[in-house]
Amino acid sequence: MIPRPRPERFRLRRTMMFMNAQKPGLIKDAYIYGCDSIMLDLEDAVAENQKDAARFSLYHALKTVDYGDTEVIVRINGLDTPHWQEDIRVCVAGGADGIRIAKCESAQDVKTVEAAVEAAEREFGVEVGRTLLMAALESPKGILNAYEICAASERMFGVAISGGDFRKCMQTTPQRDGVDMLVARGQMLIAARAAGIQCFDTVFTNLDDTEGFEAEVLQNKAMGFDGKSLINPKQIRFVHQVFAPTEKEITQAEKILTAYREQSAAGVGVFTVDGKMIDIAFIPGAERTLKLARACGMWEGDLV
Amino acid sequence: MKNAVGREIPDFLLTNGKEVYQGKNYMDGKYIQKASPRTRRYEKPQESKLVETLADALRACGAKSGMTFSFHHHLRDGDFVVNMVMKAAIEELGLDNLTIAASSLGSAHDPIADYIEQGKVVGIQTSGIRGRMGEVVSAGKLPTPAIIRSHGGRPRAIEGGEVHIDIAFIAAPTSDCVGNCRGIGGKSDCGSMGYAMTDAEYADHVVIVTDCLVDFPNMPASVEAINVDAVVVVDSIGNPKKIASAAARISQNPRDLMMAENVAKVIASTPYFKDGFSFQTGVGGPSLAANLFLEQYMDERNIKMGWAIGGICGPMVELLKKGKVGKVIDVQDFDLDAVRSINQTPNHFEMSASQYANPANKGAFVNKLDFVVLAALEIDTGFNVNVLTGSDGVLRGAPGGHPDTAAGSKVCIIVTPLVRGRMATVCEHVVTVTTPGDCVDVLVTDYGIAVNPLRPDLVECLDNAGIPHVSIEELKEKAYSIVGRPDDLQWEDKVIAVLEARDGTILDVVRKIRPYQLDG
Repeated sequence: MIPRPRPERFRLRRTMMFMNAQKPGLIKDAYIYGCDSIMLDLEDAVAENQKDAARFSLYHALKTVDYGDTEVIVRINGLDTPHWQEDIRVCVAGGADGIRIAKCESAQDVKTVEAAVEAAEREFGVEVGRTLLMAALESPKGILNAYEICAASERMFGVAISGGDFRKCMQTTPQRDGVDMLVARGQMLIAARAAGIQCFDTVFTNLDDTEGFEAEVLQNKAMGFDGKSLINPKQIRFVHQVFAPTEKEITQAEKILTAYREQSAAGVGVFTVDGKMIDIAFIPGAERTLKLARACGMWEGDLV
Repeated sequence: MKNAVGREIPDFLLTNGKEVYQGKNYMDGKYIQKASPRTRRYEKPQESKLVETLADALRACGAKSGMTFSFHHHLRDGDFVVNMVMKAAIEELGLDNLTIAASSLGSAHDPIADYIEQGKVVGIQTSGIRGRMGEVVSAGKLPTPAIIRSHGGRPRAIEGGEVHIDIAFIAAPTSDCVGNCRGIGGKSDCGSMGYAMTDAEYADHVVIVTDCLVDFPNMPASVEAINVDAVVVVDSIGNPKKIASAAARISQNPRDLMMAENVAKVIASTPYFKDGFSFQTGVGGPSLAANLFLEQYMDERNIKMGWAIGGICGPMVELLKKGKVGKVIDVQDFDLDAVRSINQTPNHFEMSASQYANPANKGAFVNKLDFVVLAALEIDTGFNVNVLTGSDGVLRGAPGGHPDTAAGSKVCIIVTPLVRGRMATVCEHVVTVTTPGDCVDVLVTDYGIAVNPLRPDLVECLDNAGIPHVSIEELKEKAYSIVGRPDDLQWEDKVIAVLEARDGTILDVVRKIRPYQLDG
C-alpha cells in the first residue's frame, strides 16, 4: 500500500501524459519520464468489454506503485455510459489524486460526479474532499457552459479541451495555425481564469510532426495555458522547455517579491522596481514564476 | 585465491604463470613473447589453391584429432561455416578431441552442442556462447572449462601463444583462387573481416571458405593470400538475412530514448566532449539511440566527432557521410548500410581485432577512446558488469569488446533499464564479472544515474551540469523494491567456464549450476 499525500489543488501541471490504465507495462512506472501528471485512461483507450479489467489494473497500480511527486489523475467514462459510477469507486478506493470528467457539458455534470465521489470517499473511509476534479470540454455546449463548469465545485482544479471530439462537432480538422479551435481555447481560458482554476490544452496526436507539435505548444504558452495533455513521453521535454520562465522573468520576479516584502513591512502599497510601477496585483504572478522556475530546476530560494 | 573483484579463483587454474585479476593496467609495461606459427612454404609457382571439399582442405592441412580449429564470427547468427567444417572433420574424417577457438559463437551453432555431448569437441574458446551450446557447456559436458575472452583478449592470447591455432577456417564473402579475401562483393557480405586477421597470421594452416570466387587479385584484401593454404568454394557460407540486418534502426521506445538522452547529457557534461572527441557505442536500443541525442549536442556546441570505432552500423555511417565524424574505423559491421560503406565511403576504414582492442600490443584504438556506451545484463554495486551469464547462471552472452573499451576509454557509460521483467539489472553481486568495476564510470538507468565513486571528477561534471544522480546502492534498492530480492544461485563445485580478463589474468569462473529442487 502506497499512501499518497493529500492532493494539492493548485500545483504545477505543465504536462499530463495519457496512458491506457489497462496496460501494466505502461502504468507501472510512468513517472520516470518526469511529466507533472499522469492521466490513466479508463475511457477511450479501453475497449468496451475490457472496462472491468482496466479498473482492476488501475486499482492495483494505485495501491502498489509509488508514483512519488507525479500527480495521478484518472479519466473516467462519460456520464452517458454505464461505467462511470464504478470508475469513481475504483479511483477513490485506490487513492487517485484526481478525476477527469469526460464530455462535461454543464455544472450539473460536475455536481453529479462530485456527489458520487463524496459517497465513495465515505464508503472507503477516504477524507471527504480529498479527491480533486477536472473537466474535459469536448462539445460546443461544454465550451458555451465553460464558466459554470469551472466554478461548479471547490474540488475543481482545472479544465481541458478535448480536440478530437470538439473538432468533429465543429466539422473541422486540425489547422496549422490553430484557427480551428482558437475561439474555443480562448473562451475556455477566459472561463478558467474567471473561476480561478487551471486550463490545459488538448493532445497533439501526430508524433512524426515535430514542427507542428512545437508550433502548437508555443501557441499554448502564448495564449496563457497552464499546460498540455500529451500522448508520448518524448513530447515532455519540449513542453517543459517552453513553459519554463526566462532568466529575466526569474530575476524580475525575485526583485518584485523582495521589494514587496520590504515595502509592505514599511506600510507602502505601491512602489517601483526598475522604473516600473508595482502593487499587490503583481505578486501572484511573481510567485508563480518562481515556483515554476524551481520546478524547472532553474531557481533555488525561499521567497516562495 | 580471491582476486581484485572479490571472486574466488580455484588454485588448479593458477598454473603455468596464470594469475588472478589484480586490477586495471596490471600488465602494463610487462613483456610478451610472441608465438610464431609453423607454416608451409609455397615456393613453386601455383595456379590455384582451390580444393574440392572441406574434407580435402582438412586433409591438405594435415588435420588430426586433438587439433584446435579457429573461426571468426562476422557472419553472426547467419554463419554456416563452423557447423560445416566441424561436420566434415568429425563425420567425414572421423576426428575427435577437437577444440574450437572462435572469436564468438551464437545460436547458429546449436549443432555443435551434439558434438560436445558426443565428446568429439572437447574444448571451446570464444567470446560469445549462447543457445544449446551454452546449455551443454553449463551442464558440464566439456571435459575442460570453456575459456571466455574479450575481443581484445583473444588476439592477445593468440599472439602470446596461449591459444595455438592448428587450422584457421576463414569464412569469406569473396575470395580469389589463392585466398585473397574481402568481406564485400559477394552474396553473403559482412563488411569488415577484422576478427579473422590475427588468425590468418598466427595459425599454422589457413583455409578460406567462400561462396563467391572472384578474379585474381581480390584487392584490397582483408586477409591476404600470403597466409592461405587452401580455398574451398561452397554453395553458401551463411544466411545473408541473419548476417547483417537491413538497417539498424534507432529505437522509438520512449524508455530507450529517455535513457539515451541522459547518456548524451552525461557525455556533454564532461571536458572530453570537445571538437575531435572519440566515441564508440553498441547497437542495443538505448546505446544506439545515444547517437541521435549526441548529434544534437554536437550541433549545439558546433563540434565534430574526430573518430568512431567498434561494431559499426548505419547511423554512424550516416554521421560520417554528413561530415560530423572525421573517421570511422571498423572491426565489424552490424547492418547493410555499414557493410556497403566500409572501404567505399571516404574515411571508413577496416581494422583487426588486435588493432581494435588487444591490451598487449602497442597501440590499440580503445586506448585512445574518450567515450564508450555499453549495455549490461547485470551491474552490481561495485560497478562490476555481467554480459555473459543469465540470471539462471547459464552461459548466454558474450563479453565482446565490453571489457576492452571499458578499460581503455576515459568515460565508460553503462546504459540499461533498472529491471527486465522480474530481474533486477542493478544488483548486489553479478552472477559473473565480465567487466571489472574499476573500468566502469557511469550507470544510466530509466530510474536514475549513478557515478562510480572512483570518478569524483565525473561527479563534479554532473553536478555542474545540474544532472541529478544517486548512489548505485539506491538504484539497487529501488530495483529490489520493485521485483524483490532474488535468492542466491546454487552451484556445484565443477568449473565449466573460465572468464579471462583482457590482460589474461582470471577475472571469474562459471560453475555448474545445481539443479533447482523444491523444498519438501
